[in-house]
Amino acid sequence: MPQAKDIVIPATARPRIRFNADTVFKGVTVVAAVVVPIIIAGIFWELLILSWPALKKFGWRFFVTEVWNPVTQQFGAASSIYGTVISTLIAMVLAVPMSIVIALFLVELAPRSVSKVVSNLIELLAAIPSIIYGMWGLFIFAPFMAKYVQPFLGQHLGFLPLFTGPPMGIGMLTAGVILAFMILPFITAICRDVFSLVPPVLKESGYGVGATTWEVTYKITLPYGIVGVLGGIFLGLGRALGETMAVTFVIGNTHKISLSLFAPGNSIASSLANEFAEATEPIYLSSLIALGLVLFLFTFLVQVISQIMLRRLYRGWSIKL
Amino acid sequence: MKPRPATGRRILNFLVNVAASLAASAGIIILLWIIIMLAYKGIPALNLDFFLHLPTPPMIPGGGLANAILGTLLLTVLATIFAVPIGLLAGICLGEFGQQSKLADLCRFAANVLTGMPSIIVGIFVYGLLVLPLGNFSGLAGAVALAIIMLPVVARTTEDMLRLVPDPLRESALAIGAPRWKVTLAIVFRAARAGIITGVLLGVARVSGETAPLLFTALNSPYMMSSLMHPMPNLTVTIFNYAMSPYEDWQRLAWGASLLITAAVLVLNILARFIFGERKS
Repeated sequence: MPQAKDIVIPATARPRIRFNADTVFKGVTVVAAVVVPIIIAGIFWELLILSWPALKKFGWRFFVTEVWNPVTQQFGAASSIYGTVISTLIAMVLAVPMSIVIALFLVELAPRSVSKVVSNLIELLAAIPSIIYGMWGLFIFAPFMAKYVQPFLGQHLGFLPLFTGPPMGIGMLTAGVILAFMILPFITAICRDVFSLVPPVLKESGYGVGATTWEVTYKITLPYGIVGVLGGIFLGLGRALGETMAVTFVIGNTHKISLSLFAPGNSIASSLANEFAEATEPIYLSSLIALGLVLFLFTFLVQVISQIMLRRLYRGWSIKL
Repeated sequence: MKPRPATGRRILNFLVNVAASLAASAGIIILLWIIIMLAYKGIPALNLDFFLHLPTPPMIPGGGLANAILGTLLLTVLATIFAVPIGLLAGICLGEFGQQSKLADLCRFAANVLTGMPSIIVGIFVYGLLVLPLGNFSGLAGAVALAIIMLPVVARTTEDMLRLVPDPLRESALAIGAPRWKVTLAIVFRAARAGIITGVLLGVARVSGETAPLLFTALNSPYMMSSLMHPMPNLTVTIFNYAMSPYEDWQRLAWGASLLITAAVLVLNILARFIFGERKS
């Protein structure tokens, strides 16, 4: 027995030796844990340093200028920021209601066995790599959009400037729809957990006074778990903002702001992925990384908000984080 | 209060139920659509040449992606070697020592934020950290970037799994005189083993399909890799380059590579779920 050896050590020395081994062990784990915040600080620092030349040259105008011209060395982030915001907005408009009703289906409607299978399958959607969504989006889904969805929208909603122009498949709308599929599983998973954690007594009292399933969800479950649902929405928002490969494949990669959702555009992440290899001039590279800095600040803010909300939910319901 | 007629409410309820079922089916249809198209387009590309040969210039038959397959494997293994020890230790700090501490709270918060950080940002970070100073795109930089993405996943799952281990187990080990580190490594870890393996597998699955960070770090190369300090061929960047090319045979290879990556990632995910499910039941 290994413990037998301990007995040989003089009793006075024993606590100190144990104390030391445990202190070292604890110290090592703390160092490992601190690596994580240090990485985040390092990312911020590195982005700031690398984008400094561009920020110094263009000043605040960098963020509001649409021009992106590698030949004349003039760069502005406006079209990329616009594209990121619009594609994310499309994704959120589609994914949020869909996720909430899917969660409703999983928790309230489907029998337990069906619910389990469906929720596993939906979670697998999150496992598919971004680049695969890009392949599928470019070769399968974009032609589908061009052939069926966009002509339909143009015909019936063509009076809106949003749905004008030739249906090319590639463009802002397709990027937004694919983003919606990609963030759907994240929001669904959190909504499902929140819904299933609402105390049954609350729901039952709703049903007891004759409310329908939808009324119970809308008036009892959603308000009760609203912090969690919002946290999940922000989590999805953060994902959509930074999604790179899928968007790069289908957004069209032009630095132009157009009102029509059928038109090609670009996002911060897609510009980075697409142009990094050709950015040989220092100021070009620095401008690209300045785009990265904007994206970092966007997603950092969104993540912090989402974490605060989810944390408040868990605290409020006294669930261990 | 005026009683409201039930018909309208019932109809609304019915419509919402239908919408819910349709939305759930839509999610599954998208999943199946992607998988079926991958199989349909990818299977014809997967022959012996695909696994054994190096890439050829466009229009020359017999090309394969042997180098990229090996490269992706190597990058993933290296990233796992870098990330798992640090991730496990960080998870121990958060789960075993950091219930109340402010520092642990900060680290947990940071791990959650880092999990949601766009992978392309991590790519830029490692580009500035390793590629610029060393003057060369390298497999090493790629592995470090993937490790940074994997680290918070491993740390947070380890923490969650350690917390599921009941306290009486720790207390009884401490009561017979075991030091704290031994309690954690020999008792608590063994109890949480299945969950921790699940976390590592999910981390591996997450990074093996990553593309964006590799664009800034490992880049890609049409040759067999020679050293960690040079650009490293890998499947995902190859898919990106080949899919965007106008050559049909390159696009075919891209489909084959996509199928291979997706199959690997899905198998890892299902395996992780299975292991965790075994433990629970």
